Formats: sequence, C-alpha cells, structure tokens
Amino acid sequence: MKTWFFTEDAYPNLPDDESYESIRVNLPNKHFDPVLGADLFNMYLDIWAAADEMGLEIMLNEHHQTPTCVLPAAPIALGVLARETKEARLLILGNPIVNRKQPIRVAEEMAYIDVLSRGRLECGFVRGVPYEIAPANAYPYRGSEKLWEAHDLIMKAWTHHEGPFNFEGRWFHARQVNIWPRPYQQPHPPVWVTMGSAGSAAQVAQRKHVGAVFLAGYPNIRRLFDSYRNGYFQTHGEEAPLDRLAYAAIVHVGKNEKEAEKGAEKLLWYIRSNKVAPQFNNPPGYHPPEVAANLIRGPRPGEPNRRDPRLETQLSRGNVFSGTPDQVFQQLKHFWEYSGGFGHLLLMGQAGFMTYDETMSSMDLFAKEVYPRLKELTATYDPDAMKELRSASPDVEGIDMSLLGSEFIR
Amino acid sequence: MPFADRLAERYEVIQPVHPGFAGTPIPEHFDNIQDLIFLYLDLIDELNLENTILAGFSMGGWLAAEIAAINTKRFSKLVLVDSVGIKPGGPFDRDIADVFAISPNEHTRISWHDSSKAPDPRNMNDEELQIFASDRIAHGLYTWEPYMHNPKLQYRLHRIDIPTLLIWGEGDQVVKPSYGEAFRDLISSSRMVVIPDAGHSPHVEQPEAFINHFLEFAF
Repeated sequence: MKTWFFTEDAYPNLPDDESYESIRVNLPNKHFDPVLGADLFNMYLDIWAAADEMGLEIMLNEHHQTPTCVLPAAPIALGVLARETKEARLLILGNPIVNRKQPIRVAEEMAYIDVLSRGRLECGFVRGVPYEIAPANAYPYRGSEKLWEAHDLIMKAWTHHEGPFNFEGRWFHARQVNIWPRPYQQPHPPVWVTMGSAGSAAQVAQRKHVGAVFLAGYPNIRRLFDSYRNGYFQTHGEEAPLDRLAYAAIVHVGKNEKEAEKGAEKLLWYIRSNKVAPQFNNPPGYHPPEVAANLIRGPRPGEPNRRDPRLETQLSRGNVFSGTPDQVFQQLKHFWEYSGGFGHLLLMGQAGFMTYDETMSSMDLFAKEVYPRLKELTATYDPDAMKELRSASPDVEGIDMSLLGSEFIR
Repeated sequence: MPFADRLAERYEVIQPVHPGFAGTPIPEHFDNIQDLIFLYLDLIDELNLENTILAGFSMGGWLAAEIAAINTKRFSKLVLVDSVGIKPGGPFDRDIADVFAISPNEHTRISWHDSSKAPDPRNMNDEELQIFASDRIAHGLYTWEPYMHNPKLQYRLHRIDIPTLLIWGEGDQVVKPSYGEAFRDLISSSRMVVIPDAGHSPHVEQPEAFINHFLEFAF
C-alpha cells in the first residue's frame, strides 16, 4: 500500500461561524491576514517536504474562494515541491478540468511538473465539488461528459508528438495542439480520477486509471469499488490490480489513546467547519434531479446527520482512523478487507489548527509503526481469498452517505 | 396560470412548456437559449401562426424578444413581462440578480411583493419537488452564461416593428423597473406599464391589474 500525505491548506483563523452564511464562496477575504497566511503556506510546504523524508508520497488538491483550502492553484505548490522533494511521488487530485476553461494549459502545467520532477508526477482529474461551481462560473450540467472530453484532449496532447493536431469537441476547441514540453514519463504520467457514483467508477475502470474515493466510508465503499472492479473486469477481462483503487480518509496516530483522540478532534475541524449555504451546495445542474430535490427538502425525520462531526460517528463510518499505532492498523485492516482492498491510502493528516509538531508526531508514528504493517498486509493480497473474506462479512447496514462523499473532493 | 384562463375566454391561448420544465426531458443536443429559440421558430412555423400576440415572462420574455427580433411577420403584438435578456450596465454592474447564488429566502424576498405567494418547497410532495429541482436545472442551462442575457440582443431589438407592451412589477428586484425602461428604450414601438404591489410575477400577484393592462393592449 502506498500512502499519500495530504492537507487541504486551511486558513482556520475565522470569525464565529454564526457571523457568516457560508464558509464557501462568499466569506469576505478581509478575514484572511496575508502575514499569517505566509506562515501557514510555508508550514504546509514544510510538512509535505517532511512527508517526503519519512518515505510517504505527497498529495495536493485545490479549492476556490474558501478558507478551508487556501491553495487555489495546486500546480504552483506542486512545482515548488518538485524542487524541494527528492523521492516522493507527486499527486495532484486533482485538476478541476470541468471548470477550467483551457485543458491545454492543464496539459502544459502537468508536463512541466513531470519534467521538473524527473517523472514523479501523478495527475488527477476531478469534476470538483458543488461549491466550486460559483467560483468557476461553470455550468455543471453534463459535468461528467465535459470531464471526459477535456481528459481525452489532455491525453492526446501528452502523447501526440508529431506536430499539431486538431480538436473540436462539444465544449473545448483547440485547432493547433502541440505542447512543449511533453511529459517526462512515457507514454504519460499515471492518471487518477475521483469516483462519486457507480457509473463514474465504471468509466474510470474502462480507462485503467486509478479510481479514488473520498470519505465514502463503510456505507458506500463496496458499491463504488465493486463498480470499478466489475467495470475493469468487463472491459479488460482480468481482475483490477490493487493499485488501481485509492481511499481517502482522515488519520491521526497518537502515542496513547488520549493523545490520538485529541489529534483526531483537531482534524475533525475539516468536517465541522464546512458550513455551506444551500445555493452553493446545490447549484442547478450539478446534482441529478432526485439528489437536488433531496437537498432542497432537507433531511427527513430520523435521517442521520451526514456531517455529524463526532469522532465516534466518523470512526464507525470509516471516514476517520485514529488511535494508537495498533488501533489505527486494525481499523485500516478491517476497512481494507471490508472494501475488497485498495492499493493507495490518501491520508489527510493535517487540518484546522493542528500544528506542525502535532502533525509530525502523528506522521512519524504512522510511518514507523503503521505503514510497514500496511505494506505487509497488501503484499498478501489475493483476489480469491479476498472474495471469501468479503462474503463472510455482510454489508454494513446502509445509511446513505453518498452526499457526504460528493460534498468533498470529487 | 389563472390569467391564461381569463385570456382563453377571448383568445385561443397556446402555452408551450420549454423542454426541461414540468418534468419534460432536455434534448441531448440542447446547450443554451439558442436551442430554445430555434425550437420555437420551428413550432411557430409548424402551427402556421399568423396575426398572433407573442407574450413572454422573465426568461420567456427574453425568448420572445429574440424571436421577434429575428422576424415579426407572424405576430401582431408583443408583450414582455419582467423580462431578462439584455445587459444595460457595464461589466461590474449586476443588472440581473444572481438568483443561483442567493439563499432560497433571499430569492423569495427579491421576487415577490407578498412572499406568501411564492412556491414553497416545504409544501411540495416528492414528485413536485423533483419537478421543482428539474426546472432549476433547465433554467440554469438556458441562462447560465452570459448570465440571463445575450450581449447581441440590444443591437437587434430595433428590428421589432410591432406594438410592444412591457409589463413590470413595481417591486421586482430580480430585474428592477429601471431595467424594464432600458429594454423599452431599445424597442421604438413599445411602451411600459408598472403594476404596484407586485414583484417579478405581476400576473400572479395582481392578476386583475395584469389582465386589464393586457386586454387593453391586445384590443
């Protein structure tokens, strides 16, 4: 199992959340102090550089118009890390190619980072969460089709080396495509795509890209990973390798339970702070009508709170793994077996007010005491044994968590 | 629409539903209002309309203005009610409220003089709510960018050469009466009436005043 460290680069020093309508999109940036911001940006880059030294891989993402993630152009930070790190693979998950209007520019930025890092780029493409729509001013209807159109253009821009080619699609147009540089890795850097539904999972599988799932937890992970594995088998006639699937979760490792709990509570800022106004969470055209209708109606009586920030809830849902090294390993092992297996753990190890030292302490314990055991675990992966294991473990009774997953990274 | 029933006492009323609204599907090739304009040109030819009053509300007013700017020969008169479609101000002016970026309560507040007349999703059953959500999707598809307007329309409205009435709710804050005046000034054969105690839907909030203005103009 490869583990990818990430943090969203939050700016957590905010006024009381009762004083604003939404942390996303319309919170005035007068609340951002650039001097404090400079400290934070440098701290985040230091944390990633430390991850490299600990033998972890690196993941970045981007959001817009939100203090939950003050990195609005992940390729820039990735460019810095391409110089500051030596070994780590550099994953951007991802480029919001549905919302960005120039796929060619994305292909160029990624090619540059791949060359600069001597082939360490792993390139993700995402549709983006609903509250990215207003900042991008991009109508989200048919977002999945737009994603694949931009993807096809970027893939060809990376792999076509004989001078300009033409692209006149439904949404994107470029008639003289001939990027310089081309990527370092041949034929192209590994590609990742986030999966939020069974349908999107099958489409990722058909292209043999890595399918990543964020915080789907026990209630949804089988549906998503199974859709990928089935789609892969149907298209390619063989089982999907373990390294084609990734799961993102919040992880904190402590020396003892008390310390772990304290750290995990700090990380839960990520879920607690995500106060989003309905107009940004449900822009027209993003969700299918039935989901949009559910969001307009609000939770039915007795429906669980999808963003319940209590640690015990998030632990039981499989969105948070936290405890002593033994406990975290056991939690991850249980989830890994339940899910049918995956080859990448996207580890959110810093959020909110968590300090550099606290982050380092958890990462160090993870790298030394959990990671080796995870690698051993995945080295034993055998699809048939896994199927037996799975059939012995019934589905977790379903609370529908699909909306929680869809609200995060996509 | 009750006012349509009133009109039907005197006229044959054709009330088409735009694709995507009222539970109908959005055609696969539809991307924006241009697709709707050409669908209506087809429909008008198909029905072989002549000497017809063309009326549109809000986005439908935009559509009616676009159709009339192409050719008025099948129409006798044009009625535009709290219509969007033009951009009188500069890039930094918000001429048309961004209805997709405000809270549901704020949307109600700026759209209605009497907010109790607004459709309330809390009173809808599942099927009605799904149609409500689908309507928003279609509305967004037709109006997203450029937002609720065609930058070219102001250079084409001079082609409208039939009597035109603009009806506006005095309290409309989606497109204010001053926006209606800008619209009026671009159509030389037009005049405008403003209905008090009404917002973006004067035909719903003040049906009597609305029908009176409409019939007076139609005769």
